Amino acid sequence: MTVQKNILKVGKAIHRIDARSKVRGAEKYASDYYGQNLVWAGVKRAGIPHARIKNIIIEKTKNLTGVISVLTYRDIHGSNRQGVIRRDQPVLADDKVRHCGDAVALVLAEDQAVLKEALDLIAIDYEPLPGIFSIGKALEQGAPLIHEEHPGGNVLLKGDLKTGRGEAALEECDVVVEGYFTVPYQEHAYLETEGGWALLTEDGHLEITASTQTPFRDLAEVAEALGIERESIRIRAPYCGGAFGGKDGITVQSLLALAALHCQGRPVRMVWDREESFIAGVKRHPGSLHYRLGAKADGTLYALSAEVYYDTGPYDHLGGAILALGLEHAGGPYRIPHASIRGWSVYTNNPVAGAFRGFGVPQVAAAMEQTMDMLAAKLDLSPLEMRRRNAVHRGDKTPLGVTLISSTGLAECLDAVAEHALWKEKERWKASAGSSKKRGVGIACVMHGMGYGPIVPDYANAKIELTKKGAFRIFCGVVDMGQGNASTYLQIAGDILNQDMDHLELVLPDTEKTLPSGSASASRTTYTFGNALIGAAEALKKRILQRSAETCASDPNDGLTMVLRPGSVFHPPTGKEIPLSQIVRMLDESERISVFEFRAPVTQERPTEDENLRLHGIPHRIFSYGVHLAYVEVDELTGKVEAQRYLAISDCGRIINPQVFEQQIQGGIAQGIGYALCEDLVVARGKIQTPNLSTYVIPTAMDIPEMESIAIEKQEETGPFGLKGAGEIAIDGPLPAIANAVADACGVRIFHAPLAAGRVLTALEAKRGGKEVKA
Amino acid sequence: MKISFTLNGKKIRVDVPPDRRVLDLLREDLSLTGTKEGCGTGECGACTILVNGESRLSCLMLAAQLEGCHVTTIEGVSSAKKLHPVQEAFIEHGAVQCGFCTPGAVLAAIDLLQRNAEPTRQDIREALSGNLCRCTGYQKIVDAVQGGSAKLKKGQTS
Ligand code: FES
Ligand code: FES
Repeated sequence: MTVQKNILKVGKAIHRIDARSKVRGAEKYASDYYGQNLVWAGVKRAGIPHARIKNIIIEKTKNLTGVISVLTYRDIHGSNRQGVIRRDQPVLADDKVRHCGDAVALVLAEDQAVLKEALDLIAIDYEPLPGIFSIGKALEQGAPLIHEEHPGGNVLLKGDLKTGRGEAALEECDVVVEGYFTVPYQEHAYLETEGGWALLTEDGHLEITASTQTPFRDLAEVAEALGIERESIRIRAPYCGGAFGGKDGITVQSLLALAALHCQGRPVRMVWDREESFIAGVKRHPGSLHYRLGAKADGTLYALSAEVYYDTGPYDHLGGAILALGLEHAGGPYRIPHASIRGWSVYTNNPVAGAFRGFGVPQVAAAMEQTMDMLAAKLDLSPLEMRRRNAVHRGDKTPLGVTLISSTGLAECLDAVAEHALWKEKERWKASAGSSKKRGVGIACVMHGMGYGPIVPDYANAKIELTKKGAFRIFCGVVDMGQGNASTYLQIAGDILNQDMDHLELVLPDTEKTLPSGSASASRTTYTFGNALIGAAEALKKRILQRSAETCASDPNDGLTMVLRPGSVFHPPTGKEIPLSQIVRMLDESERISVFEFRAPVTQERPTEDENLRLHGIPHRIFSYGVHLAYVEVDELTGKVEAQRYLAISDCGRIINPQVFEQQIQGGIAQGIGYALCEDLVVARGKIQTPNLSTYVIPTAMDIPEMESIAIEKQEETGPFGLKGAGEIAIDGPLPAIANAVADACGVRIFHAPLAAGRVLTALEAKRGGKEVKA
Repeated sequence: MKISFTLNGKKIRVDVPPDRRVLDLLREDLSLTGTKEGCGTGECGACTILVNGESRLSCLMLAAQLEGCHVTTIEGVSSAKKLHPVQEAFIEHGAVQCGFCTPGAVLAAIDLLQRNAEPTRQDIREALSGNLCRCTGYQKIVDAVQGGSAKLKKGQTS
């Protein structure tokens, strides 16, 4: 049976196929290209948050030896606007700059040293405008407008959702709790900053290789912004060195394209340095949230009022969709018959906020799950019991009033927590804290919608080719930004086609070779493309078996008994085996290729008649679930919080590769711990004060505890092999679980994240002094 | 300035400005792009190389400092066919996601295991605390370094 041994079976913890080249340092990322005759491109950034541009002074720079070209908005012949939903972000600023990181001029130089000197020489003559640096300021009557033409003024998107009698029902509750929360920015801090290279070929083709999650969408945006034909652009997306949403949208693509148009056929490279990545890259939305949650005396949730404000910076950059997803998840995975959920995504002159793993959900989960603990305390219920009484089951309605018609495994997750040693032994652990240490345990329940919602089509086109050599070539339509989906695709194809690694090949996303399949985002990457791939693989398998039977067996019905083996077709009754390299000759060119489109199902229910909210993604149909549990220890002398143990129980449907799944969960938890405890992007008057990894601290190996991940493998009927999305759910839980644990340890709640040492110490001291805490 | 040093086992002589960053010398001039730049300021460890067997940050070193040294980059850790046991362990334990931190982490791990053949998990966390990873949460990297340690030990006894 050795032939069968290495089949890439679904469910097996197969080692990722990209790992080998990555451990050898052989994998080529977008920033790894240097090439002959290279041109270096760099960007002059605004440096001030809001101003009208009077003049861009470039003469001196142009005359510098080694400078090839200096480009401004005048050199752009398209719309000069990019964005996913609202195209409001210029490639190069024209009338005004709206945040410190706006790109104003693009310089092309012979080498890095000249480039740096040239950028320093550019002067910009501004007429400063009053800046808007807070949500409150942006919403004031008569506030200066960031986009004068935007009908909503400084409000990018507003949502107002109501179920039942809404907040009025709070009056009918036996207990009501209230909290004001703030959540900070979070920087993606992927190890690979934004970058890539481009080339204008002799026949006028623009070839861009970039670290991106969205090559097909980028292509349309670049074409429109620069006024070039879509057909003349090609975008390739190698493995990203991390992306997490920060490369869901244009970073360097249009700039590189513009540069290439002015490089006389020479390749041009641009890679942002870390500081530029901080200044110009997008961040998780900071926000403030006002929650009021009420229950009946028996602990049944009854009414919710949630107000959610997100600071989106000066550009849309998915900030509307992020708010919408936040609102949809604002009430958590609970049955709440009456809810008023309102939200504002607001333009400011602060750094641009955009997509970041979790996409608006970690913020609301932080508020909702802490409010749940406050309510449980008031009702004298354990946090777990409070959640068990209210957890959604399949067929229940969400706080938005949408029926959960897909698999819903939250109750099983809660059961698993209740049975787990970390839950059962928590009191003993807490009691054994050392001197001047306090210990606490917290939990949080989360859910996460998958896909784009009811309007934006969530589709993928898979393509498989049987090569002349008898191998299967999988055209991967969705980017692998590090999460391993490309590898998973081979596993899916290998399982269906009964192949080992030697007979599978992979083509990474390339707008000229692979087919449009949407973004690597929204926890939909493996769900949507995986389903498409199953269709393509099944069809090709059928065709191959049928054709081999027609040709090789006496009875054409033998197609039913023939089976695929690695590199061959086998006929068990006769023991006959034919190499695929031979079968391929019986197929026409077109028959060797199988293409299948899958469109994700959407829900028909309409919790809102606001078409704009629907366009921005409300509601979803399929959700993943999770329950997180954190053990923390607080140092009473310093206020430092240490996460010491961590457990995540997840319902992400069936698991295709347990190792890859665990990677997602552990990685999400670690980012969430950073969000909860140490990551603090300081912004003053629109300017980032912590633009590097020594002042903006992300967790090191010393800061992350041992984590345990358990999967409740509940079949999702519509999922490929029963799977649901797993990319984001793990980042929704850590902040609330840790905040609840800290409150448990300290006996005082800190409403502002991150729960950094200084803040915790202040709260502890205030408590000792008997003061009410507003840390 | 002409500099001579041993790179991945081969003696080489290069003509570079003495203030060229070793990271640029390796990546741009010598096409060894396995060494990554994550920050350029000594905070992330993605640019880790071994100089005379010890891990160093190539973004903070200048070319002139390499004179007479033995330098190992990730490309010199294994041959095309045979991986280093630590590399194998990184693959087996799922320590690689985006892979951008991986070359640096592998080299830091090799350095650690040369000094401490059987490190505890805490030793590993300390030794690799200068190698930031934004994807894995570190646990599988720690698993991998332990796995690498076991493999190296087995390799010695067999
Ligand atoms: S690139 Fe050298 S430490 Fe980050
Ligand atoms: S695997 Fe991506 S940074 Fe470590």
